[in-house]
Amino acid sequence: MRQTWVTPGGVHPPENKDQSLTQPIGSLPIPEKLVVPLGQHIGAPAIACVTVGDRVLKGQKIADPAGTISAAIHAPTSGTVTAIEARPVAHSSGMNALCVEITSDGKDQWIDKSGISDFEHTSPKALLSIITEAGIAGMGGAGFPTSVKLNPGFKRPIDTLIINATECEPYITADDSLIRERAEEIVEGIGILSHILGNPHNIMIGIENNKPEAIKALEPHTKDTGINVVSFPAKYPSGGEKQLIYILTGKELPSGNIPADIGMLCVNIGTTHAIKRAVVDGEPLVSRVTTMTGEACEINRNYDVLIGTPVEHLLKHNNFDAQRCSRVIMGGPMMGFSLTSKQIPIVKTTNCILAPSIEEIPHNEPAQPCIRCGMCAEACPASLLPQQLLWYSQAKDHERLQSHNLFDCIECGACSYVCPSNIPLVQHYRSSKSDIKKAQEEKVKSTQARERFEFRQQRIELAEKEREAKRAARREAAKQAKASSGTDSMADIVAAAQARTAAKKTSPEQELAKLERAVSSAEMRVQKAQDKLDTASANSETDEKINILSAALSGAQQKLEKAKTRLAEHSN
Amino acid sequence: MAFKQVTSPHAHGAQNTAKVMQLVVWATIPGLIALTWHFGWGSLINVVLASITAVVSEALILKMRNRPVGFYLGDYSAVVTAVLLGLALPPLCPWWVVVVGTLFSVVIAKQLFGGLGYNPFNPAMVGYVVVLISFPVEMTTWVAPLALLPEGVAHPDLLESLRLVFFSASPMDGVTGATPLDSFKHTAGLTVDQIYQQDSLFSQAMLAGVGWEWVNLGFLAGGIMLLARRVFTWHGPVAMLVALALMSLIFWDSGSSQSPGSPLMHLLSGASMIGAFFILTDPVSSAVSNRGRLIYGALIGILIFIIRAWGNYPDAVAFAVLLANFTAPFIDNYTLPRTYGHTDRRKATERLDD
Repeated sequence: MRQTWVTPGGVHPPENKDQSLTQPIGSLPIPEKLVVPLGQHIGAPAIACVTVGDRVLKGQKIADPAGTISAAIHAPTSGTVTAIEARPVAHSSGMNALCVEITSDGKDQWIDKSGISDFEHTSPKALLSIITEAGIAGMGGAGFPTSVKLNPGFKRPIDTLIINATECEPYITADDSLIRERAEEIVEGIGILSHILGNPHNIMIGIENNKPEAIKALEPHTKDTGINVVSFPAKYPSGGEKQLIYILTGKELPSGNIPADIGMLCVNIGTTHAIKRAVVDGEPLVSRVTTMTGEACEINRNYDVLIGTPVEHLLKHNNFDAQRCSRVIMGGPMMGFSLTSKQIPIVKTTNCILAPSIEEIPHNEPAQPCIRCGMCAEACPASLLPQQLLWYSQAKDHERLQSHNLFDCIECGACSYVCPSNIPLVQHYRSSKSDIKKAQEEKVKSTQARERFEFRQQRIELAEKEREAKRAARREAAKQAKASSGTDSMADIVAAAQARTAAKKTSPEQELAKLERAVSSAEMRVQKAQDKLDTASANSETDEKINILSAALSGAQQKLEKAKTRLAEHSN
Repeated sequence: MAFKQVTSPHAHGAQNTAKVMQLVVWATIPGLIALTWHFGWGSLINVVLASITAVVSEALILKMRNRPVGFYLGDYSAVVTAVLLGLALPPLCPWWVVVVGTLFSVVIAKQLFGGLGYNPFNPAMVGYVVVLISFPVEMTTWVAPLALLPEGVAHPDLLESLRLVFFSASPMDGVTGATPLDSFKHTAGLTVDQIYQQDSLFSQAMLAGVGWEWVNLGFLAGGIMLLARRVFTWHGPVAMLVALALMSLIFWDSGSSQSPGSPLMHLLSGASMIGAFFILTDPVSSAVSNRGRLIYGALIGILIFIIRAWGNYPDAVAFAVLLANFTAPFIDNYTLPRTYGHTDRRKATERLDD
């Protein structure tokens, strides 16, 4: 037995795992239509490389990764692309996102598969590109593109490879059953990983001791491979990456770092199986093992489900009773999110569909006030003070939230689970985290704007100063010139003034032109006044109006006379 | 078909506030039995009277505050406050002492600050201190323990007790006596040994004072039950009891006439045990982190001893707890636990880097 370390806090919710482990992994009939979301991973959604009407084969790439952090998407079965449009997808917000709909032809016809039988003699680079092409993303829940995680360029070599087989959430048995039935493939996948990473000297499979059969299944295959199967007492949330690192190594992942920064790498055990399939069998990631459980379904078991299978298809084949069901959860009862629609498809990260009865998971009771009993702090695996975080979250005190390390919260839900006042603590933290992130972004923006403004002010001031300096120089030069030419006599000053006045006077030609313009514009005005008067009399307007108009006409006529007189005087 | 959208976690543990509060009430029963056995029906009457007053006044004020009455009464917090106050008040004290104390606890100390969860001070202790200062005669008249009653005299029976509580104009007579802490306060000039020999309160006791030692052992038992059920952590109570014991050990002065009493006497007299396990463990008004609760508990232990030894009051749990309530937010600022992935504990007052 290897030494393990005990994390603080944690809870022991009822495991509820047995009901889905009574039967082996099953398979479902191929659904008529599969809806494959383009964003099933962390990072940019993939870009569709098929168009509506295209015929696709099972395993054919239907979307290319977009940018560095992204993953390819493949057709889960053979058929025809019948739509590329936004559909409801697996997301806690219940949002819609771009999906490729494939109408199955029922043949489930594979592309030509070409695997590599001796990966040991293949370069890590070539293996990585196979993993990239196969569209593999972390299957434990987060869905980080695996090839990006494995890509070289680490600050330090990876010396510890941790395979996460903890599966600490209640109800979920996808990894457990996968290990029981496909341990050999899993170990082969770990071998490929190890080869890519330059054979780290410490390889561990971390697994909770509530899976004795899985542990036993791994034993024959891990023997003499240098892979250690390390089991430890079950406690939620031991499967959190940070918690598992501590349990297995006694080291903490420094806040804000990723495991690679301390020479470690954590990979979900389901992902290792997908890697084996991609490398050895040439099969991209088109299906996964998903647990279908909960009392609202008659049958509870694990299925090898095609990616893109609508949840409804799964529910239907397990005799789902909507009347008994309190909610449908994708994921487990601690961190899973409730689905808004049965049309939402299974994706690469879907390890469980939980359809509990109302007795099993009752509707939420209204929250009572926090009495700061501290049960949450006792349950917190990160040693936070959830009761204080709640207080500051409600007060929107971002500074206090950060000094209480809000961002080290892994949102495991242990605090809400134990809260005697039924307070949805995690929801408060999520909301505060996004508030803070938003505030920080706005702060960056406003800082940039301020800097731009200040720079502009500075530039204007500088230009003004330069002009002022030039003016000063000119004044100085003029003064000096004056001084050198000696003092002016009174007669000179008078002469200069007369010259200026003369210069101001307009020439006779200009004066004439001006008067001519005045005459012509006066003529125009007379004409206009005459026109108005004519129209008015034609329309038989009131006398009053006609009087006003005739007065205006005679006024204009007088002005015309005056202008003509002045022109005549000037000409003489 | 659309489903209801609910935030995670979906599963919830079995614990709820009402159950926690009920558990606290049940845990006072050993202490209440000891009080009733040794000091008569008075404490039980106090508890019942205070509970009725608390529930009625809380319902009225919730109504005035436009809050759902049933929802908030259902958390049992008013009952807990009332039970603790009833246990702390002297048995057979007049009914209006109980009512005034309870009204202050529930209406002023709790509801006017925003109700459950928002009171900065321990409501029961606020009510206690108000009546202690306002009605010193009634509040310092204790019934003599059963074992020390004169031959042929017994505690009044239930009916007589009720008559005394509700209709007696003057504080009752004949069956009153000093408490152990009173004895120590008023016997300057005697060594501890002399006090123990002369005062039947000690000479007939096993550990720390006839009757009182049983009351304290009763509350200790209840407290241990709550600890085992994880209603609170050990930090506060243990820190308080250790601090109180250490203080009395340091100032024991080998039992001279100046000695304020032995550690055993201090731990098992007065309100030490109910204070440690039922009063300072009120989570709302105490420090929040475990380290904070160690400091908070120790502070209360030290304050209790200081006031008992050198202050004007024979007992001091209420004053000590209220003083420590003031310090709780300050203690919280400097006792954050070390979070996973951090090398140091942070201070709540840390400013963000700009």
